[in-house]
Amino acid sequence: MKIPSELKYSNDHEWIRIDGEVAYIGITDFAQSELGDIVFVEIETVGEILKKEEVFGTVEAVKTVSDLFLPVGAEIIEVNPKLESNPELVNHDPYGEGWMVKVKLTNPSELDHLLDAASYSSLVGV
Amino acid sequence: MKNTALTNKHIGLGAKMVEFAGYNMPIQYSNLLLEHENVRTKAGMFDVSHMGEFLVEGKGALDLLQFVTSNDVSKLSPGKVQYSCLPNEQGGIVDDLLVYMMDTDKYMLVVNASNIEKDWNWINQWNEKFGAELKNASEFMSLLAIQGPKATQILQKLTKTDLSAIPYYHFAIGQFAGEDGVIISNTGYTGAGGFEIYMKNEDAEKIWDAIMEAGKEFGLLPVGLGARDTLRLEMAFCLYGNDINDTTSPIAAGLGWITKFNKDFINKANLLKDKEEGTPRKLVGFEMIDKGIPRHDYEIKDESGIKIGVVTSGTQSPSLGKAIGMGYVNTDTIKQNKPIFVEVRGKLLQAKIVKTPFYINN
Repeated sequence: MKIPSELKYSNDHEWIRIDGEVAYIGITDFAQSELGDIVFVEIETVGEILKKEEVFGTVEAVKTVSDLFLPVGAEIIEVNPKLESNPELVNHDPYGEGWMVKVKLTNPSELDHLLDAASYSSLVGV
Repeated sequence: MKNTALTNKHIGLGAKMVEFAGYNMPIQYSNLLLEHENVRTKAGMFDVSHMGEFLVEGKGALDLLQFVTSNDVSKLSPGKVQYSCLPNEQGGIVDDLLVYMMDTDKYMLVVNASNIEKDWNWINQWNEKFGAELKNASEFMSLLAIQGPKATQILQKLTKTDLSAIPYYHFAIGQFAGEDGVIISNTGYTGAGGFEIYMKNEDAEKIWDAIMEAGKEFGLLPVGLGARDTLRLEMAFCLYGNDINDTTSPIAAGLGWITKFNKDFINKANLLKDKEEGTPRKLVGFEMIDKGIPRHDYEIKDESGIKIGVVTSGTQSPSLGKAIGMGYVNTDTIKQNKPIFVEVRGKLLQAKIVKTPFYINN
């Protein structure tokens, strides 16, 4: 189970990576393994400004469907274009090519309330 | 939560375990899509020991089974299997099951794990009139399904019984992997061909290991309940609790072919009426035109958003690469051939009714 130390995590199993003015958000290795084979990522919130913990999309696996929650308040700038035809990237590379949205934070201080890798690791029991 | 005789095997293989019908069962070992594909192209082995087995014997056995099941048990001869259901008195289905004729006046019923207690009580209640001997062997028997185009070759290595001489929906009892009294049945729930084998719990680990070893050269993999569900859904096989239940008519569910009116049975008159007059809704297969995946209990609507049905099963089909589902739809809508829509998270996504099975074996 990979939990990269440079990322921040939410209790809902999303990760966020800060990259200058923007940030990237996806689901964790633990989340993708619990969901199983992902067949469809639906995100129709580009251009919207959403609050922390609001739903920004859904992910459909063969067996189940799950909402995606924003770890911090942000404007959704872009959806990973590769997920349209290759949703399995979320399974294969959840922290890299399987990123889900690029966002602009509305309140960067909310990052302080997220989990670091060690705390997330104890949350999922690894 | 109960274990099967093989639970420790599954855990040792690193399976993801879930509770299903009160049993600790493997949902997947490595990857659902891989396991699904392996059954379609090579072979897979499923532990389905959670299923229930009842033995029905004695002079009243045939009459009891004729009365509680919908199919015509008198058509069976020793060595034959029949798919059937237990109608209730309100027009629904207590369970669907397989009826094995072991010998004259000797049958084995194979029922769904989630319904073992309900079925046992139900059949016993009616047996007062017939006086058959009933035994619940569910706790003592294990069941493995070996399915896929390579299944016969794998299993033939372990038995002298000629498997090619066992037609579909027939079985033989013989020695298997050195153990006596194993029931080798040409049945399954995947549409991929293969066998289901029944054995005593104490023989299960040895037989599992022998099959895994024999299957190595053919690419056999253990397969979990996750792929079992996607495989059965591609064939549009009903799953009790999803597609059929205590309130669904077997006629509406497309099970008219196992409902025989040349004999007396529970709720015959009403089911005959269903057959002659038609039912207000029918179970259909559909595939999605718009992108989205139908799920159990999602509503089916017409163009104007009026509810005309409900989804009973749905998934992304691994073999077909498209979203498929089954559901009950108003018979009028089906006859008029109107477009149907599945409501997914507040949006109406177009679907079309298609013939089943969804997947045709080449």
